[in-house]
Amino acid sequence: MREIAFRDALNEALAEEMERDPDVFLMGEEVAEYNGAYKVSKGLLDQFGPRRVIDTPIVELGFAGLGVGAALAGLKPVIEMMTFNFAILALDQVVNHAAKARYMSNGQLSCPIVIRGAGGAGGSLAAQHSQSLEAHYAHVPGLKVMMPATPKDAKGMLKTAIRDPDPVIFIESEVLYGYKGEVPEEEYLIPMGKGEIKREGGDCTVITWSRMVHTVMDAAEELKNSDGVDVEVLDLRTLRPLDKDLIRESVKKTNRVVVVEEAWPWASVGASVADFVARDLFDWLDAPVGRVNQRDVPMPYAFNLEPLSLPSVERVAEAVKKACYL
Amino acid sequence: MTEKPQARVENIDRDRGHYLLHQMLRIRRLEERCADLYAQTKIRGFLHLYIGEEAVAVGVIDALRDDDAVLGTYREHGHALMKGMSAESIMAEMYGNVEGCSMGRGGSMHLFSKEHRFFGGHAIVGAGLPPTVGLALADKMLGRDRVTVGFFGDGSVAEGEFHESMNLAALWQVPALFCCENNLYAMGTALDRHQSQPDLHLKAASYGIPSIQVDGMDVLAVSHAARRAVAAIRDGSGPQFIEFLTYRFRAHSMFDPELYRDKAEVEKWKERDPIKNLTTYLRERDLLTEQEYDELDQSARQEVERAVEFAEKGSLEPVEDLLRFVYSEPEEDR
Ligand SMILES: Cc1ncc(C[n+]2csc(CCOP(=O)(O)OP(=O)(O)O)c2C)c(N)n1
Ligand SMILES: [Mg+2]
Repeated sequence: MREIAFRDALNEALAEEMERDPDVFLMGEEVAEYNGAYKVSKGLLDQFGPRRVIDTPIVELGFAGLGVGAALAGLKPVIEMMTFNFAILALDQVVNHAAKARYMSNGQLSCPIVIRGAGGAGGSLAAQHSQSLEAHYAHVPGLKVMMPATPKDAKGMLKTAIRDPDPVIFIESEVLYGYKGEVPEEEYLIPMGKGEIKREGGDCTVITWSRMVHTVMDAAEELKNSDGVDVEVLDLRTLRPLDKDLIRESVKKTNRVVVVEEAWPWASVGASVADFVARDLFDWLDAPVGRVNQRDVPMPYAFNLEPLSLPSVERVAEAVKKACYL
Repeated sequence: MTEKPQARVENIDRDRGHYLLHQMLRIRRLEERCADLYAQTKIRGFLHLYIGEEAVAVGVIDALRDDDAVLGTYREHGHALMKGMSAESIMAEMYGNVEGCSMGRGGSMHLFSKEHRFFGGHAIVGAGLPPTVGLALADKMLGRDRVTVGFFGDGSVAEGEFHESMNLAALWQVPALFCCENNLYAMGTALDRHQSQPDLHLKAASYGIPSIQVDGMDVLAVSHAARRAVAAIRDGSGPQFIEFLTYRFRAHSMFDPELYRDKAEVEKWKERDPIKNLTTYLRERDLLTEQEYDELDQSARQEVERAVEFAEKGSLEPVEDLLRFVYSEPEEDR
């Protein structure tokens, strides 16, 4: 199968959906003439013209709100946040408007907007530019949250997000944009709310998503070689709604769970996943649920401290061994 | 309420001319060296250079007292240096060293020095403005005759935070000087593609803030305007706004192929290089010899080399300190 980069897979998803549905348009900072800060929208201005690929001023709250309005009017806006650090400025429109339009209108309105862009740490970008903020969105009823880990998932999930009738927050790990992987030529969709077992194993389930899938896959390989431990890697892909069935199936097989996320530990998505496992699957567990997170500090710039702050292969392996009483 | 661009009005003597030239050279040489060091990955992350815009930071901050406060954006190396922070502490910060002004935790975009009343280093566009108004409000409440200066780009003028800050600053008449560094681009977006009213000082004027537009490539014009504005603010007449027309000669950051502007446009602006501009002015008036220029330049280069040596010899923050300063530490608790 052909291999393409994560950013190109996203680009194909955008192009195909814009081709398929004239109501889909892309709006954000530097998306058109600059081809996107991370080149996800490369070539789209040439292909679809300035009516559907729209450069905005630096006004996140404003263009998120315009997107909400356009979505309420029946269009299907894809709003690019240059990074989710800046999407914080748009939270009012996302939380108070996009997420609530359907509920408050008793189902009369629908807000089919996708808000997507880069998230997570990059590399020495320091505290204001290195944050995993998915919990802010996953907390809110009315929003759906997707975070792909591979180019194949990125394409199939973004297409699904664009077709979804509800507001979808779609966070792309900044360090994955150049990551290459197999992507089918023919059209496919990855369903909303469905995770995937990225590696099968019978000893311990590691639940994770986005960039951390790769860290966990490396740790699983290492654990197999060093301790003969067979790790099952469960990539959630969608954080809300949660694929509870997939988690149940896996945990009933392994009886041990570690949750790994790039975000901070307190009040996080991982905390809620661990809560679900501990309560719903209590009788199936042979050990307390383990967790690995970014250290509970704003991201330092210093070259030695950033990697220590992020979850590492070593910290994941340690947590798995602990869950296996090794 | 608004005035036309200021002509060059300050008459200067030899010493002052040399001083202003030297300050601009210090910033220019520091940043040229930063670009090399970035290529060597000694400096990492995002790096935004101020080259071409030096006259603004120099002319404005020169008009301040030590106890006045300054806030900048991610393009703030020159402002930090001008506010009295050492080239050593700035360079060490970019190396991620514990000797850096933010102990290596901030990097290029987050320079801080409480001692110098330099309150960052803000990497969220427009987000330095509310704190600028807040610092100024505190001075007003405490009856201190200090001025707070906020620097920000043309891009911030689109943000809600800009408008909210202008309204509050005018409403409460806080002692703040707003310095808009209009370099005609917000990243790759030209001014007329992001502003409905590209004369940005008019927007501030609409909030009732005395606002002018000044040639930001001419340090004497900058200095004159800044001194007048600072004096008025210190006298208690409320906030002021200056839009500096300037230009960045380099890319937005280190990852920018600059497809959005013509090489010819850049070359045209380089003819108005603030360093060349002042040098010519001084030479024409026999206030600067070639040898004197070389001495000033050498002194700036040596200062930068000392800073690089200092950073090269620096150390990283001990790993045990990773978790420190997220909250106040026991000895600071009152
Ligand atoms: C809220 C926010 N949105 C987007 C960005 C990404 N970004 C960084 S600099 C920049 C352009 C800012 O332009 P301007 O304000 O004119 O300042 P200049 O870089 O020209 O000095 C953008 C869009 C950001 N840092 N913060
Ligand atoms: Mg600008």
